[in-house]
Amino acid sequence: MIEVVRDRSVTGGMGLDVDEAGWERRSAVRIVPPARPRKLAKVPFVELADGRLQGVVSSGSDISRVYVSSISAGSHAYNCRTNNNRPCGGLRGLPCKHLRALADEAVLQYGLERVARYLKVDVDESGDLVSALGGSPEPSDAAVVFSRFLRHLSYLELPGTTVPVPELHWFPAAGAVR
Amino acid sequence: MLEIQLSELLGASPEGVEEALGLVAGFDDALVHGFARLDPERLEALEALAAALAVSPIGEAVAEAVEKLTAGSVTEEHLAVLAGGRAALLGAVHDALLHSLDAALGRDRDEWTRPPAPPVSDDLLGGCRAWLHELAITGWRGVGYDLVSSADRVIEALFAVPALRRPAVLLDGLASELRAFSPVGTAERLPVRRWADLWSRALLLAQAGGRACAAEPAEEVSGRLLVLGVDVHEHDTAVQIQVHAVLEPSGGARTRLVRASAAAAKVDTIAGPAVWRLLSDHPVLLGALAERRVLEISGMPLLAGGDLVWQDGQAAAGEPADPFTTARVMLTGALAPAVPPLERHPVRIAEPVLLEGYTVDGDGFRLGDRVLDVDFDRLPSCGPLTSELVKASSACVGLVRWDAGRWKAQPLAVQGTAKRKPFEAHTGDWALGPTDPKVVKAEARSGDSVAVLRERAGRLLRR
Repeated sequence: MIEVVRDRSVTGGMGLDVDEAGWERRSAVRIVPPARPRKLAKVPFVELADGRLQGVVSSGSDISRVYVSSISAGSHAYNCRTNNNRPCGGLRGLPCKHLRALADEAVLQYGLERVARYLKVDVDESGDLVSALGGSPEPSDAAVVFSRFLRHLSYLELPGTTVPVPELHWFPAAGAVR
Repeated sequence: MLEIQLSELLGASPEGVEEALGLVAGFDDALVHGFARLDPERLEALEALAAALAVSPIGEAVAEAVEKLTAGSVTEEHLAVLAGGRAALLGAVHDALLHSLDAALGRDRDEWTRPPAPPVSDDLLGGCRAWLHELAITGWRGVGYDLVSSADRVIEALFAVPALRRPAVLLDGLASELRAFSPVGTAERLPVRRWADLWSRALLLAQAGGRACAAEPAEEVSGRLLVLGVDVHEHDTAVQIQVHAVLEPSGGARTRLVRASAAAAKVDTIAGPAVWRLLSDHPVLLGALAERRVLEISGMPLLAGGDLVWQDGQAAAGEPADPFTTARVMLTGALAPAVPPLERHPVRIAEPVLLEGYTVDGDGFRLGDRVLDVDFDRLPSCGPLTSELVKASSACVGLVRWDAGRWKAQPLAVQGTAKRKPFEAHTGDWALGPTDPKVVKAEARSGDSVAVLRERAGRLLRR
């Protein structure tokens, strides 16, 4: 067990340094760390939401097909289906390559510590998240995740604005690790 | 900002600020545990808030709302009144702080004399109010996945109406933080002030008629716009650049401090220098930032709060202009804009200043025996400013801000000498793409996220 078990003690373990006294009294502070840059071609969408690590993995053979993969926090039950809600052929009692890709990209995006803590899994020194999972395949509704992905994509279709949004003063752009 | 000015600012302690913030804290604590479970101590805190506002125009309404809460009734109307009371207190804190900053800087500020705006639309704001009502009853501690997800449809509907972009962006930012903390009950510490701020502002924006979302009246201005620097705001699904500048109106009227903003929707995986690509509809503005040029504008709408509503076609880039020179020569004497009533909150204080002749002392700039803390968390990843450069700097154009009882400097540009070589960096330097080869390479490694997601959207969204 490596740094995953190190207790940062606050904010649900998002690996944030909020020991600063008076943090509760601050108005403008980034409380969720920004996603780290990663290549999006293979796994365009990853999120930690609704008690699951879930996302969308592009098919290697058909550009208009995607797989919807998810792993539940706590139970580690996992599932992988196509966007047409057919079961993934690679899922035979073990996590398929799409689930592995999902986990790998989640670690890139959020860091191992945050993903492991969210899923409630103890990862050994190898850092291999998927082998540390104890769950089994369980049916889940791929449509929910797929619609969250479509919603995610729809942001890119929204027009911009030059009328000021003063509420964004509460959301300072934070420095990413460079 | 001179030594004597900093000394005056840090030495001033505007009357009543601590007391007002104490009352706000009482309200914020009620939101942590939920208005459905107010114990005598929390009710007492709300009564204190009502008492403090008793002689104000909303005094009676606030007192009645607290009375009804004590009797166990939590309605949308009463919550809105309380949110208004909290906003009034923070508005007063804002005014006191800004006044002491203006006094220290010797800055003149315009008066707000505008009439209230006409209504925008009400249809969609009801859903917004209902969600905020549910949050308040539950309290942050009770928030879980279902309550967070129930905001999705409300937010989606708001985004469909351009006039409601403000509540949409705000609610989306709040929901995303609540989602990350869910189930919130297990988190040890909560951003108590922050979430109460976001909740209250959202509820005020969502009042029937949406007057709060309406654009202020505008005048049309022409002249030379001299850029001071770029402030960048960002959450998972939004990015906004706010350019601070001095406007030299044609015809010789008094110079004014203005801002020009551009915002775009985005997703969390588009971050760093890539965010500039989302703003490519404004090539003249971005070009002037990257090349540090003056902008000639003609017939550009200027809102009463000092915000230009940017129209790239009404602007042309002119000769090179050094923001440090602009700050040195033009900041003194320029008229600062009035602050629109609803925007009065300490978080909105962002006054451009020039700092020079300082030494870097720990995490702050020392001028004489006073140190102004630097907000190193506000150096955006879309630009070249790093904490190393700030620490090596000897001059800085920045914004003076205030949070949690402290004044801070947010650098927008720095100059200095490192390894016997002079350097200069501005947050807007990469507006046309990064100029640092290392960053260009890192960008190339992770690929063009915007293009990849647009391709996916094109293939999957319209089927």
